[in-house]
Amino acid sequence: MMTLSQADMNERLQDYGKRIESLGKSLGLDYYPVDFELVPNNFMNEVAIYGLPIRMPHWSFGVRYIHQLIRQSMGHSRIFEVMFPGNPCHGYLVNSNTLAENTLVTAHVLGHADFAKNNHLFARFAEMSGTNIVEHAAAQAHRIEQAVKNYGQQRVEALLDAALALEPHVDLDQELHRPLYPTGPKPAEHGPRAGDDPFNDRFRHLPGEAGPAQASKERRSAPIPPRPESDLLWFIAHYGPELEDWERDVFLAVRHESFYFYPVFACNIMNEGWATYWHARLLREADFLPEDLYLDAVTCHSNVVRPFAGEQQAALAINPYHVGFSMWERIVEKQGMERARAIRRDEDDFGFIRNFLDAELAEKLGLFVYETQSDDGVKVIARDVNKVREAILAPKFNYGAPCIQVGEMKTDGTLVLVHDHTADGRGLDLERAARVLQYVHRAWRRPVMLQTIDSRGSPHELRSGTQ
Amino acid sequence: MSYPGDPLSSRWQQSIRISTEVGWYDLFSRGARDWLRHNEKVRESVEKSLPNLIAGPDVLSGPGGGTVLVPVRLAEHARFRLRDAESETGAGQGAGEPGQVLRPGQPQQGDDKGGEAGSGQGDLQFVLELKVEDVLDWLWEELKLPDLKPKQSARQDDEEFVREGWDKRGVRSRLDRRRTVKQAIRRRAIQTNPAPFTDDDLRFRQLKRRERPATNAAVIFAIDVSGSMGETERQLAKTFFFFALQGIRRQYAKVEVAFVAHSAEAWEFNETQFFQTSGTGGTVSSTVFKLSKDIIKQRFDPSQYNVYLFYASDGENLVDDRELATEALRDVCVGLNYGGFVEIRPAYGISPETELAGIFARMQRENLPLGMARVTGREDVWNALRQFFQEQQDRAEAA
Repeated sequence: MMTLSQADMNERLQDYGKRIESLGKSLGLDYYPVDFELVPNNFMNEVAIYGLPIRMPHWSFGVRYIHQLIRQSMGHSRIFEVMFPGNPCHGYLVNSNTLAENTLVTAHVLGHADFAKNNHLFARFAEMSGTNIVEHAAAQAHRIEQAVKNYGQQRVEALLDAALALEPHVDLDQELHRPLYPTGPKPAEHGPRAGDDPFNDRFRHLPGEAGPAQASKERRSAPIPPRPESDLLWFIAHYGPELEDWERDVFLAVRHESFYFYPVFACNIMNEGWATYWHARLLREADFLPEDLYLDAVTCHSNVVRPFAGEQQAALAINPYHVGFSMWERIVEKQGMERARAIRRDEDDFGFIRNFLDAELAEKLGLFVYETQSDDGVKVIARDVNKVREAILAPKFNYGAPCIQVGEMKTDGTLVLVHDHTADGRGLDLERAARVLQYVHRAWRRPVMLQTIDSRGSPHELRSGTQ
Repeated sequence: MSYPGDPLSSRWQQSIRISTEVGWYDLFSRGARDWLRHNEKVRESVEKSLPNLIAGPDVLSGPGGGTVLVPVRLAEHARFRLRDAESETGAGQGAGEPGQVLRPGQPQQGDDKGGEAGSGQGDLQFVLELKVEDVLDWLWEELKLPDLKPKQSARQDDEEFVREGWDKRGVRSRLDRRRTVKQAIRRRAIQTNPAPFTDDDLRFRQLKRRERPATNAAVIFAIDVSGSMGETERQLAKTFFFFALQGIRRQYAKVEVAFVAHSAEAWEFNETQFFQTSGTGGTVSSTVFKLSKDIIKQRFDPSQYNVYLFYASDGENLVDDRELATEALRDVCVGLNYGGFVEIRPAYGISPETELAGIFARMQRENLPLGMARVTGREDVWNALRQFFQEQQDRAEAA
C-alpha cells in the first residue's frame, strides 16, 4: 500500500471505522461509544507501561519504560492498540501504523468494547470503580503531584513505594467502597437478644459459668482485624495509626486503580480472543474494504495470532490472542453465536479455560507444560489437557501475587502480616519481602512483621528495621 | 534516546462524541520523567557506597579532572513474590513430545518471564560516569572531614603585587586607557578648541607590594616495599595515598609531592616507579625518615611549605633499628605540619602492637605532630583518613 499523508489516512480511517461500526452493530455487537485517538508511538508505550493514559509518577514506571523501549528497539514488542473500558471507552491507535493495521485495530477495539460492556466481571467492577477511570486517574495523578509540592518528593515517593508494591493485594470479593469493621462490644453479647432466647439465657447463666461477662469486659473492643484481612491497601489506608489524610488517599487511589485493572487481568485470554475473533470476522465481511487493504490486514492478523516467532519451533508462553481466538472460533462453530455471547457474559479466564479448552483443541494448538531447571534446561513434561489448563491458570490466581494477609494489629500498633503458604506451597522470596516490609514500615511508621513458612516447613519471621 | 514529538498526531471520533483537547501527550514524556527520577535514585545509592566502588585509582597525581565509571544495576521496586524455585513450570505452545528438551541447560533468565513489575530483568546494566572531583567533594562532606589547617609557625608570607590607585607617570604597559579617556573628556568639556589628548590626561595604574600568606604544601608519601608488603597491602596504601593527596589538594593552591620507598635502604622515585618497586631484605625504617628529612631540607623549606608525611608499612622493623628510627623520626618531625603512620595489616586482624606502632606511640606521647591508624581493608581507609584529618585539626587548634 502506498504511504498516505496523515490527513488522508485519518479521513479514510474514519470512513472505514464508521462502516465497520455499523457492520458490527448489525452483527450484534453491543457497546458504549468509543473515543478513538491516533497517538504517537511513544505515547502508546507509556500508556502500556502505566496502564492508564495519565497516572501517578513513580520511578518504577521509568524502569518499565526503559525496558519497553529496549524491547521495541530490538523488535520484540510492538503495541498496536490500547483500550480503556468505560462510558465512553477510550481506544488509542498508533499514528505511524499503516491504514490496514489501524483498520484492523479499530475492529479489534469494538470487540473489546462489546466484551467490556457485557461481561459480568467487567460490569461489576465498572459499577464499583465508575465509568470514567481515565479522568479519575488523571485527577488522582494531579493530586499526587500537588502532594509532591506540599510534602516533598521523598515523602510522596516513599508512600508510593509502599502502595504500589501492594498493588495486587486487594480483596476483590469485597466492595470498592467497603465499610469499616463494626466497632465497640459485640451487640449479641448483652444486647436485645438477651431476653428473647430462653435457652441461651439459661445457657449463659449455668452454675459455675460466670466467665463470659468478665471476659467481655476485658475485651471491650473487638480485635482489629476481626478476621485475617487480605485487602492490605484498604487496611493500611483506614487503620494506619499515624497516616495523614492525604496519605490514606494515596493508598486508596492505588487500590481504586487496582480494582479497575482486575477484570482486564482476569479475562485476558477471553477478552483478547473475543476481540480477535471480531476483528477477523468484521474484516472478512466488510466488502467495502479495498482488496489490497484487506490482504495487508490479514497479514497483520496472522502475525498477531501466530503462536511463536517464525523461525522457532515452540514458545515458552502461550499467545492469548491465538489461544483465545481459536477457542472462540470453535465455540461459535459448534455451539452457535448465542451460546458464545452467554459464555462471554458469564465466564472469566478460569471458567473459560477449564470449561472450554478441551483435549482436542489443546492438541491442535500444540499446548504443553514445560519445566525449567537451572542445570537441566527446559523440558516438555506434559501434554495432558488438565495439566495444561492448570499451567495456564497458575500465574493468575490471587491477582498473580502470593496470599498475604493482615493477621493482627497489636496494641502498640505493630502490623503483623501473615503469608498463607498453604495456598501456594512455596516459600516467599525473603529478600524482596524484607524490602517490601521496609516500604510499608515507612508509611505505617510502627513496626511491621511478616510471618511465613518456607518450602521446607520452617517458619520465618521478618521485621521491619532488621535486615 | 530522543522523544520526538509528532505535530501531525490527530484524533478522530466515532459515534457522536467530539473531543477538543490539545494533544497534551506531545508536550512531555512521563516515561522519561520517571526514568530520570530512577537514575537520580541510583546515583544517590551509588554515592552511599562510593568508598567501596572506587578501586585503586590511577589518577593519583593527575590534575583531578578524571572520571570514574561505576557499573550499576537498575533499581528494582520490590514486591511480594514467591522465591525462585529450582524448577519452574509453565504453559507453552509448539512442537515437542513430553521429555523433549526445548533448550539446553543454563537458560537465560528473563526473556520469557518479563511480565509484571520488572521481575527477571536483572540483566540490563548501565554505567554511571562520575567526576572524581564531585566524588571527593561528596566524600569530604559525607565523612565530615575537616579542612587542613596551615601550620601557624609557617605563616612566613609570600609577597605579591596588587593594583592600587593611579598616577600621572608610569610605564606604558600600565596605561589605563579608560581613565585616560575620561580625563580627556573632562578636560575638553571646559576648554574651547581643545587638543584631543594631552600628557596631562594620561593615567597609569599603580602597583603596590603586599604580603600574602603562604599556601604551598608538600607531601611526602613513603612506603615500605620489603618482602612482607604484598600486592593487597600496596593496593590499600595506594588508595589511602590517593585520597590523602586529594584532601590536601582541596586546601592548598599548590601541592608538591615526593615519593619515597624503602626496604633496608630508601630511594626517591617518580610516581609510576613508586608503585611498581619491590625490594627484598630487611626493613630499616630509619632510612626513610632520614631521606625524608633530606628532601625537606633541600626542597621543602618548612618556612615556605606546609609539609605532610604519610608513611605506609606493615609495622615490622628491625629491632636493632629502634634507636636510630626513633631519633630520625624526631628529627623529621621538626619540619612537619603533620605526619601519619598507616599500618597496613590485612592478613592479621587483631595483633599485638608492632615495632613501628610502638615507636610512633612513644613519639605521640612526646606531643610530636604524629598520628597513626591501622588499615585492614578498604573500608578502614576512610576511618584512617578521618582520624588523620581530625587529629591534625585538633593539633592545629591547640597550637
